[in-house]
Amino acid sequence: MPSLKSFRVRIASVKSTRKITKALNLVAASKLRRAQEAAVNARPFAERMERVLANLGASMAGNPGAPRLLAGTGRDDVHLVIVATSDRGLAGGFNANISKMARQHIARLTAEGKQVKILAIGRKGRDALRRDYGKNIIDTIELGGVKAVGFATAHEIATRVLDMYEAGEFDVATIFYSRFQSVIAQIPTMQRLIPAEVKQAEGAPSVDLKGAIYTYEPDETEILADLLPRNVAVQIFRAMLENAASFFGAQMTAMDNATRNAGDVIDKLTIQYNRTRQAMITKELIEIISGAEAL
Amino acid sequence: MAEKFQFDLVSPEKLLYSAHAEQVVVPGVEGDFGVLAGHAPLISIVRTGLVEVKGSEDGDMRIFVRGGLAEVTPAGLTLLAEEAMPFEDLSAADLDGRIKNLEEDVADARDEKARNRASEALDQLRQVRALLN
Repeated sequence: MPSLKSFRVRIASVKSTRKITKALNLVAASKLRRAQEAAVNARPFAERMERVLANLGASMAGNPGAPRLLAGTGRDDVHLVIVATSDRGLAGGFNANISKMARQHIARLTAEGKQVKILAIGRKGRDALRRDYGKNIIDTIELGGVKAVGFATAHEIATRVLDMYEAGEFDVATIFYSRFQSVIAQIPTMQRLIPAEVKQAEGAPSVDLKGAIYTYEPDETEILADLLPRNVAVQIFRAMLENAASFFGAQMTAMDNATRNAGDVIDKLTIQYNRTRQAMITKELIEIISGAEAL
Repeated sequence: MAEKFQFDLVSPEKLLYSAHAEQVVVPGVEGDFGVLAGHAPLISIVRTGLVEVKGSEDGDMRIFVRGGLAEVTPAGLTLLAEEAMPFEDLSAADLDGRIKNLEEDVADARDEKARNRASEALDQLRQVRALLN
């Protein structure tokens, strides 16, 4: 029978674990609120940009003069896969889900004989992909020092991606991130960045022009040429914000589960501890009584 | 009193400013244009410069914007700016720093296109700087 002391030690240890997970849960909850706010605040810009792009893109589609960011390079050989994850763990399946989706995509591309380059945003994604695709990873951007995701960070990444595209280092860019749906549901999402996916934005109010048509200043091609690079930055920024919110959501849920589980373990251990203690008392009593009877 | 229309200034991070204004002067790449209520639908690229808002709830104001897009619809004017701040908050030292950066960009631009782009941005910034004195 384990000694009483070993039970006491284990209970104390699980209790301190519970304190940590509980604290992390609360921290994640408060950070989630901020991350969610940031994601909501960023929406108007992205939505309006999408709307304008959808308008312009529709009229430019199939046009030979369309910018390369919209029309593509005409090839489909080299793929850039941007995997946006977090730098930290303790968030349940958050990072694993994103990496899994990215890995499936990479495996498919490799099987088709395409060349794959990986740009990892966040350490966890790199760690997950390093073993299988280590030589494909061209760089990792760590977010360690960045407290709140700012547009400047996204802009920097976008500039880099665009420079690579200009230099002809890849033909298609895809970004993987987790879309924030609710605290308990984060959906790993794949989105094509280059060539730009032009679609009618969901949820964005379509504008009634009352029969008039837009005047473009300068012409459509130039506006598109100016807008598309910005759009890449905006999309990356949005992915990062969604990711931040998803991360804290996942962490909150994971830590909540951990806290509850720790509570269960403590209850179980306490019962065992009490039973053992009672058994020992009973044993001692029997020894004393039988000793007294023997006299 | 002139008729008012909705004016929104949006940055990638948030909705910066929203008001009803009588007139907004926007620095388009092909020249400044004034927007009044009932303006025809228009999409224009915005250069670095000053946006002038007249007759809004907060009185007249000038806002510095960098890089973006203006969209005029019957519903109002939306200005998407990568960066924006009130003109009063703009510091000469900050602008000088940016001008210096851009001068360097012009100096070590790799090709003609990059140089043109940088020097264009530089000219625009210099114009704003001249207003500050």
